Amino acid sequence: MPVATTIEDKLRQAFAPEALELIDESERHRGHGGWREGGETHFRLRMTAAAFAGQGRVARQRAVNKVLAEELAGPVHALAMELRAPGEA
Amino acid sequence: MSDIHAQIKDTVDQNDVVLFMKGTKSMPQCGFSSRVAQILTFMEVPFKDVNVLDSAEMRDGIKTFSDWPTIPQLYIKGEFVGGCDIITEMTLSGELDKALADAGVAFSKEAAEKIREHNG
Repeated sequence: MPVATTIEDKLRQAFAPEALELIDESERHRGHGGWREGGETHFRLRMTAAAFAGQGRVARQRAVNKVLAEELAGPVHALAMELRAPGEA
Repeated sequence: MSDIHAQIKDTVDQNDVVLFMKGTKSMPQCGFSSRVAQILTFMEVPFKDVNVLDSAEMRDGIKTFSDWPTIPQLYIKGEFVGGCDIITEMTLSGELDKALADAGVAFSKEAAEKIREHNG
């Protein structure tokens, strides 16, 4: 199963997000540290979830990091995150 | 507390602004570390850079110390503020200015405004 599918499944299960967009940006990092042929090393996540309401930025990213600990320790070199609660710009 | 955690705690206690990064501010080894170092340098923030690539102990130690799995990591007045995404967002929103001002750290407001003008 592609890493992206695993990530999306885990996030949907953990956060029931209103919006979830996972973009593979690996190609933009070609030749950089952690990059591999075939991609799926550098991702950008845009996610809106009610679970983030009232949480600061560090707490939100920690929550995602926890859910994706296995992927971040393994195949994924970088995950840029834009995490919002509903109604935030 | 392990030796490396004690060492990290000393570093963040003794320096107002510390960036744990891959490489150094003059020779960053990773795009994400480079971006945060460039923001701080452009804003004329005095900061200490710690190259986590100097030792495996530091590279792992900073992750467990902060409970944060990635590098770079920015500390202001002993407090973990965030990594690359968070510092970028805080720069654009003006929150980084506030965090620095609240900590009594000197920086160029003009330079910060310039970053926002060009990335607004």
